[in-house]
Amino acid sequence: MDLRDTPEEATFRQELRAWVEANLPEEKRGGRGGAQRFDDPFVREWSRKLYEGGYAGLTWPKEYGGAGTPYSFQAILYEELAAAQAPSHVGVIGLGMAGPTIIAHGTEEQKNRYLQPILAADEIWCQGFSEPDAGSDLAAARTRAERRGDVYVVNGQKVWSSFAHIADFCILVTQSDPATPRYENLTYLIADMHAPGVEVRPLRQITGEAEFNEIFFSDVQVPVENRLGEEGEGWQVAMTTLLHERATLGFALTATLDALFGRLLRDAQELDPGPLARDALAREWIELQALLYTNYRALGTYERTGVPGPEGSGVKLRWSEANQRLTKLAREIRGPEGIHDDGWWNHQQLRSRGNTIEAGTSEVLRNIIAERVLGLPRSR
Amino acid sequence: MDFALNEDQLELRQAARAWLADRFPLDREWDSTDDRWAELAELGWLDVSEAELGFVEEALLLEELGYTCYPGPYLATVGFALPWLSPEQRARVAAGEERWSVDVDGYVPWLGAVDFVVSDGGTAYPARGEEVTSVDPSRPMGRLEKADGEALAGNRNLPRARTASAAEALGVAQRALDLGVEHAKTRVQFGKPIGTYQAVSHPLAQTYTDVELARSLVYWAAWCVAEDDDRAPIAAAAAKAFATEAAVAACERSIQVHGGIGFTWEHPLHRFYKRALWLEGFGRRPADLRLEVAEALLA
Repeated sequence: MDLRDTPEEATFRQELRAWVEANLPEEKRGGRGGAQRFDDPFVREWSRKLYEGGYAGLTWPKEYGGAGTPYSFQAILYEELAAAQAPSHVGVIGLGMAGPTIIAHGTEEQKNRYLQPILAADEIWCQGFSEPDAGSDLAAARTRAERRGDVYVVNGQKVWSSFAHIADFCILVTQSDPATPRYENLTYLIADMHAPGVEVRPLRQITGEAEFNEIFFSDVQVPVENRLGEEGEGWQVAMTTLLHERATLGFALTATLDALFGRLLRDAQELDPGPLARDALAREWIELQALLYTNYRALGTYERTGVPGPEGSGVKLRWSEANQRLTKLAREIRGPEGIHDDGWWNHQQLRSRGNTIEAGTSEVLRNIIAERVLGLPRSR
Repeated sequence: MDFALNEDQLELRQAARAWLADRFPLDREWDSTDDRWAELAELGWLDVSEAELGFVEEALLLEELGYTCYPGPYLATVGFALPWLSPEQRARVAAGEERWSVDVDGYVPWLGAVDFVVSDGGTAYPARGEEVTSVDPSRPMGRLEKADGEALAGNRNLPRARTASAAEALGVAQRALDLGVEHAKTRVQFGKPIGTYQAVSHPLAQTYTDVELARSLVYWAAWCVAEDDDRAPIAAAAAKAFATEAAVAACERSIQVHGGIGFTWEHPLHRFYKRALWLEGFGRRPADLRLEVAEALLA
C-alpha cells in the first residue's frame, strides 16, 4: 500500500498538467456541462487536441491506437482535467462504451473501421439502449431488427440518448426474435445515424435545455456486417458495454464532484457560513474523500486480479446522492439569495436530479449490490 | 498509487479473524472478563512494531477486534496509550505485563482493568478511582484519582487514537452487516426469505456502501498515520466521524432487519450496537469532528 504516485505516474501527471496549461485557454474552463458540450465548437477542437496529445483512449491497447497504460493513468487524467475545469472529450460514449465493446466483440474489419475515428473525435457515437417501455429493464427492449438477406430492418424508438443529434453512429440494442426467451432474443447493432429512416428529436429536460434525444427508427437498413457479436447475443454484448461504463465511471464522477466541491468551498469561504452549513460542508468533503479512496481501492483490486472489485459497486450510487446534496447545499449557503437563478449552480442542482436515474437507477443499483455482492435472493 | 492490501496484510487479517472467532464466538459467555491478554502478547499484537509491522497492520487488527466485539482494553493500551510510552514501558506492554489507558475529558476507559493511566498532557498515574456508567458494559469507564504521577517520555498522537477507534468501528459495522445479511437469507416469512423483499435488502445494500466508504477512509487515515503524512489529522477526524456513524447506523438497520429477535437481550446484536454507540461518543462526537474538518477546509 502506497498512496503516492509511482515515479511513472508522477511524470505523467506533471507532463499532463503542463500540457493542459499550454493547450486549454482560461476562458474555456469552468463550463457548466450539460448541453453546453454540444454547442461550443471548442469542445470538438479540444477533443482533437487530447487525441493529438496522446490522451484519448489511454487504456486502449496500442494496436487500436490507444496508449496501453494501466488504469491509474486514466484516473490521473480525470483528476487533472477536472482540476483544470476542462471540458470533457466529446466522444464519451465512443471512448467509454462503444470502443471497449468493439475491442471486446468486434471483427477485425469493425475494429479497423471504427476505433481510430472515435479517438480522433472525427466520429461521434450515441447509445440506443433505453426505450419508453424498457428503462431499467433493458431485456424488455422492443425495437425490432428483422433480418432480410444481408440487412436488418430496424423499427422502433429509443430514448434518453445523449449526443444523438450530433452522432454519426449508435450502439443499438434490438429485439431480433420475439419468439425466443428473454436474454436470448436481443441483437447488438452499429447503426449509421445518417441512414434513411433515422429521426432524432430533442428531449427537453427539467433544466430547460435538451441534452438528450429520442431516436425513431423507421425501416432503417443496417447491414449484417454491422452486428456486434452473434444474433441473439445482444444481452451479453450489452453487459460488456455497461461493465465498461461502470469500471471507468467512478473516477470521472468523483473528479467532477471534486471540482464542484472546490467551487462550493470558494463560495463558502466568502460567505462565512454558520455551524449547520459547516457541518454539511464537512460531511460532503468526507464523503468525497471516501469515494475517491474507494475508487483507488477498487483500482488496486482490479490491477491485482483483472476483475473490478465489489468495493466500487456503490460508488455511482453514493456519488449521485452526494452530488444532489452538494448542489443543494450550494443553494442553501446563499440563504434567501439561493433561489435566484445564478445560471451555474441552478443548472447543477436541477441537473443532479437525473443522477439517481441515469446509468442505472439507485433502486437497480441497490438490487445489484444486494444480489450480486451480498448474495441475497433475487427480488424478481 | 497502490491502495490495496498486500498478501501479508490479507493473511494477517484472515488469521486474526480466525483466532478471534475461535476465542470469542457469538455464543460466548458475554459477561466473562477473560480477555486472553497473555495470548495477545504471544501473538505479538501488543506491539506490532516488534514484528516490523506498522499502523496499517495495527488498524487491521483493531478492525477484527471490533468485528468480534473483543472485551479487553486493547484499544486503550495499544490504540491510545502506546505513543506516550518509553521503550521500556512498551516492552512491558508487549510482554503483557502492563496495561494502560488514557484520561479523556475526565473519563478513563477500563479504569478498573488497567495498571496505569495517561493524564494531564503526559503524566502517568497508577489506575485508581471510581467507576462510572458506560453505554457499553464491556467497556467500563472511571474517574481517575490522581496520585503518584510520573512524567512520560512519549507524545500524544491524536490522529492515531482516532483512527484506532475508527478501525474498531469499521469492524463493528461489518459484523452488523454480516449478521443482517445472514438473517435476511435464512429467515422465511410469507413463504420467502425476507431478503427477497427490497424493503429489507435495500437498507442492507445501503449499509454495504457505508462500510466500504468507511473502510476507504480508515485505511487512508491509517496510511497517513503510518507515514506521518501531513493529512493525518484531517484524515483521522474524517475516518472517526464517518466510521463511527456508519457503525451505529449499521447496527440500527441490522436490528430492524432482524425484527423481534434483534431486540432481545439473548441476541448478540445489542452488544455490537452498544460498542458502536461508545465509539461514536468517546473523545469527540462526529458533529464536533466535522466542525474541525470544516475549520481546516475554510481556513
